[in-house]
Amino acid sequence: MHYTFDFMSVFVNWPRLLDGAWLTIQLSALSTISGFVLGTLCAIAFKSKSRLLQTLVKMYVEIIRNTPLLVQVFLVYFGLASLGLRLSAETAAVIALTVNVGAYTAEIMRAGINSIHAGQIEAAECLGMSKFHVYWHVVLLPAVERVYPSLTSQFILLMLSSSITSQISAEELTATANLIQSETFRSFEVYVVIAVAYLALSFLFRGAFWLIGKTAFVRKRKLGTNL
Amino acid sequence: MTSFSFLHVEYLLQAALWTVLLSLVAFVCGGSFGFVIALGRISRSPLLRRLASLYIQVVQGIPLLVVLFLTYFGLAIAGFKLSPLMAAGISFAVYCAAFLGEIWRGCIEAVPKTQWEASECLGFNRFEQLQKVILPQAFKIAIPPTVGFMVQIVKNTSLASVIGFLDLSRAGQIINNSTFQPFTVFGCVALIYFCICYPLSALSKHFERKLNVSNR
Repeated sequence: MHYTFDFMSVFVNWPRLLDGAWLTIQLSALSTISGFVLGTLCAIAFKSKSRLLQTLVKMYVEIIRNTPLLVQVFLVYFGLASLGLRLSAETAAVIALTVNVGAYTAEIMRAGINSIHAGQIEAAECLGMSKFHVYWHVVLLPAVERVYPSLTSQFILLMLSSSITSQISAEELTATANLIQSETFRSFEVYVVIAVAYLALSFLFRGAFWLIGKTAFVRKRKLGTNL
Repeated sequence: MTSFSFLHVEYLLQAALWTVLLSLVAFVCGGSFGFVIALGRISRSPLLRRLASLYIQVVQGIPLLVVLFLTYFGLAIAGFKLSPLMAAGISFAVYCAAFLGEIWRGCIEAVPKTQWEASECLGFNRFEQLQKVILPQAFKIAIPPTVGFMVQIVKNTSLASVIGFLDLSRAGQIINNSTFQPFTVFGCVALIYFCICYPLSALSKHFERKLNVSNR
């Protein structure tokens, strides 16, 4: 094996890699937030009494969870363009990622809402809380707290799978790496560097989610017990 | 410019066979390696435990796409000329081993500790304990999540298209390039994926319900 590793040609491009990483963070953060909202709304809709809403949500979740993200990304980017709706690669990426993570969040949140004991809701009603207050304080917030670990790992998986959007040339970390390797032919080195970058990003996200969990769940912080 | 026809559907179905084949290779290779990882995670040697969990953390912290590129280009540098199927198979084995290892560790640990203690009292050594008492029980617990993970494998094989493996997604891209009907083509591709994955999802749910008889 006569191969000399040359990481310098990768590192001279570090501003571009940094830009790519920043876009990865932006894409992931945006689609995490919107996907969480979408998923929670779907979970609430699933718990409603309307049969139609239930079927719609079920179909949405099953279709998304049983098809690859890559195909979903292609459908959003190329499919919508062929219908005359031209989106930038980044917008298409955010939409596809949101729709994707929304389905997974819906399933997780449904489990969380299911885990709330009926007695809790009855007790809250006896205290004279309004319907909205019951739903917000007694159902939704404790449900999120309970499923927070699963949500977190789902969102980190989302951050990692945002690399797939490089296939529609959204210029995030992987796409930047693809560009650099096509200029320098240092493919292995580039991918080693971004593998380490992704590892660092996943630790960063884990830390961020831990911090959010610490600030958001006051009860848990004060008592230190699980719900 | 040709329009999307039955011939294209046939081409897609042929490519779907490659997707299924790659999924099987990934599951068998990743499964055997993942089993080793799971055993490493519950080993009594701290070094083995540390190594296995480091492996899981690293692989789970890197996107599959990057794992694919790394194996494909890395093995080329090391002097191996691999076909895309081999390269994809190896990357998927690496990737699946990390996830299956972690899933199966959970299943092994879900077997009550008293089972370990009781079998120890019967004079079984560690290997016998695992083989005769723990693993048969863990196996039952492991079926639903494992079948569920197979869905992930099938979906993830779509990424093998980036290193030139002619699977369902790649075939879709090729057809789209000649017909310019992305909605029809990728809709069809998605439908085929759905037809492969949905039965697996349903099966996983079915097993889960069956296992959970007491909590129903």
